[in-house]
Amino acid sequence: MKNIVKFSLNGAPASIETDDERMLLWVLRTDLALTGTKYGCGEGICGACAVIVNGKAHRSCRTPLKAVAGADVMTVEGLAKGDELHPLQQAFIDHDAFQCGYCTSGMLMDAYALLEGDSHPSHQRIVDHMERNLCRCGAHQRIISAIEQVAAKAGDSK
Amino acid sequence: MSGASVKLSRRSFLEVLGGGIAVAFGAASAASTAAERPGYPDDFHSYLAIRADGRITVFSGKIEMGQGIVTSLAQMAAEELGADVGSIDMVMGDTDRCPFDMGTFGSLSTRMFGPALRAAAAKARTVLTTLAAERLNVSPKQLTVAHGVVSITGQPVRRVTFGELAERVRITETVTEAAVLRAASDFTVMGRPTKRLDGIEKVTGRAKYAGDIRLPDMLYARILRAPTHGAVLVSADTNAAEKVAGVTVVNRDGLIAVLHADPETAAAALRQIGADWRRPEAGPDQETIFEHLVAHAGEPTELVAKGDVSKAAAAKSFETIFQKGYVAHAPIEPHVALADVRTDRATVWASTQTPFPLRDSIAAVLGFDNKRVRVITPYVGGGFGGKSAGGQASEAARLSQICGRPVQVMRTREEEFFYDTFDPACVVKIASALGADGKISRWDYEVIAAGERGATPSYDLANVRVRSARGLAYAGSAWKDDLHPFAVGPWRAPGANMNIFATESQIDIMAAAAGTDPLAFRLGHLSDGRMRKVLQTAVDAFGWQAAVRPSGRGHGIAISSDAGSVVATIAEVKVDRTSGRVTVVRIVCAQDMGIVVNPEGARMQIEGAITMGLGYSFSEELRFQGGEILDKNYDTYRLPRFDVVPKIEAVLVSNDELAPQGCGEPAITTVGAVLANAVFDATGARMLRLPMTPQRVAAAIARL
Repeated sequence: MKNIVKFSLNGAPASIETDDERMLLWVLRTDLALTGTKYGCGEGICGACAVIVNGKAHRSCRTPLKAVAGADVMTVEGLAKGDELHPLQQAFIDHDAFQCGYCTSGMLMDAYALLEGDSHPSHQRIVDHMERNLCRCGAHQRIISAIEQVAAKAGDSK
Repeated sequence: MSGASVKLSRRSFLEVLGGGIAVAFGAASAASTAAERPGYPDDFHSYLAIRADGRITVFSGKIEMGQGIVTSLAQMAAEELGADVGSIDMVMGDTDRCPFDMGTFGSLSTRMFGPALRAAAAKARTVLTTLAAERLNVSPKQLTVAHGVVSITGQPVRRVTFGELAERVRITETVTEAAVLRAASDFTVMGRPTKRLDGIEKVTGRAKYAGDIRLPDMLYARILRAPTHGAVLVSADTNAAEKVAGVTVVNRDGLIAVLHADPETAAAALRQIGADWRRPEAGPDQETIFEHLVAHAGEPTELVAKGDVSKAAAAKSFETIFQKGYVAHAPIEPHVALADVRTDRATVWASTQTPFPLRDSIAAVLGFDNKRVRVITPYVGGGFGGKSAGGQASEAARLSQICGRPVQVMRTREEEFFYDTFDPACVVKIASALGADGKISRWDYEVIAAGERGATPSYDLANVRVRSARGLAYAGSAWKDDLHPFAVGPWRAPGANMNIFATESQIDIMAAAAGTDPLAFRLGHLSDGRMRKVLQTAVDAFGWQAAVRPSGRGHGIAISSDAGSVVATIAEVKVDRTSGRVTVVRIVCAQDMGIVVNPEGARMQIEGAITMGLGYSFSEELRFQGGEILDKNYDTYRLPRFDVVPKIEAVLVSNDELAPQGCGEPAITTVGAVLANAVFDATGARMLRLPMTPQRVAAAIARL
């Protein structure tokens, strides 16, 4: 039903008056013109639409807007701080961890959530966590290497 | 440049470019010569321009779908020009700004377009050097060109930049003859790993794909789809849908669509439409399709006839039938287009591999001259051959014309599976023989429905017949005929995946029967120096151990010659004999593709090809019942995921004597074969059908 939904979006307050049953993916892509979050399957299987809600990765194609009322939401557009890339973004570039780039936003979001919960996950933990994200171009081993690079650096700083 | 333009002479076209230096060039591709190029002269294919700000723009009708040519083409231009890659801008796949191109497929961009681009850049460098010699009052021979600057050799302060040279001049050149290109030993840009030019945009979400384009007042369309291929609409009731607030319903000439400013509302309204369909009689399914293909394919065409296959001596004979099901392209970006059709012109942003042919089909749908249609191709989210057909763009154009507003059509994942132009199901029959000397004495090969690519073996064989039935040429277009229940079309290295699977499996079968190590058996029939070298490179990198198979180790080998490149792949697998589940431990792939433009880009393509090949080898096979597609999403149609991807080592075999060859496809052609051969080595079970699902592997082991 139509409602005003307030939440934090990429660090700034957002307020939208709309049907709050709508899926976050389409609100982001149509109402807010944040098109970095992609449609891939519509059923939460492929991970192209992943966003961060309160530090955890969510499938925005299956997340109604009302579920993020009052929450902190981050999309791929919120990952860099100005021109300064997030270490994950830099690692994806360093390792050429994408080809067509369509799954990349979701990969970055899920990797971000993994490292939020565990700053130096094991190789197997990374593989298991990223299992829910599909890539058709076959950048898999480079994506794992990119995440491992960031995890290793996180470990160093401790 | 302006939008729609009339056909120009070459002189007036180059004047449109404004000042600076422009070099036009043609690609030596048959595909580029046939069709009309509205708004452009007939005698060139692409061009590059150097402007007063020093930026260099390459205009090409090719598109970037992940394969990395936005980077490798820029590298080639930068190398021959003496400029930095960062000073090159690529304008790709825009039918108003780029001259005609047939499409991006067949690993042709680097092979066919590359030499022409390099020649044009070399010509531009000559022009720049001549201008600089006049400006600096020295002989051109005294000049050095690097980083976009021409300077007197040994006196770097006496210099002039490309931008300064391009200022206030209007120079146009056309390259027709072969240019003298820089030798590989002199390369400073080509042959060096170069980061993707699209990197920052793709990791920040700023990269625009066709579905990301937003226009004021645009509508999102959802279209009534048939439940099965071949179903005919009997009646449709759109009353309830029309009552949804803000919805526009279109019902015209068989196209029934609902449109709304919110895509979910459009989807909900579509569900309100009640439709009756008359379904066709049940046709073949994924199990009976092979019998159907064999029964209906008709007489094969003879491709190769050498020696006499009927009279060849045979100590041992081998007759084998191989099968492979339909495979989906399944790019994560579905087909999508945004059309903005006005009374006198149309602009369409489309996810397509073939912007120019698409422009023409949209023009036909709209009743427009194709000069009034502009197709713009932003980044494409994966193609693999599947984005050659562009039905969604024509639908968006029709709907925009009807509604008078911009319209986006984005296929749902279910629609994507339904309307895919699948890699065809196919059958290969091989009757071969070994002579008393342990050499292959006969090779009689028939392929049904896969196509000719890869069907002719690379081995030295005396008595050979190769025939193909219902294999269409691998043009950039899909087709629907009476043989298949739905459309089929080119899929990354069309036909070659099946032909190499069958050929290299049969070679292994014979090697085992001859009691010979499969590597030694191959080398015994192989004189081609490039192929022997890639084989040896792969063998050394892997650490191949000679043995008669099956050895229990789970090692397999396969070779292929494709798109001008040669490739050898070796794999190690483990097989759970009870469940039939195959775990790929390691894959080594050595490839000779001539001069390597971007080594890191080449490795990425090889790794990607091998990863994609795991899908058609183990899990990907479309399930269907007649025209009804049973796989509707990625839950039942399983792409390779992180946990099945092994360690992949791509080894580039240096060959600077040969111009750059195809890279995006060759490696994938070996994957089915190398894994089937590895499964045989592990278990003794010979897999004759792809994909090798756990159930099929377990059943084959149980039959031993």
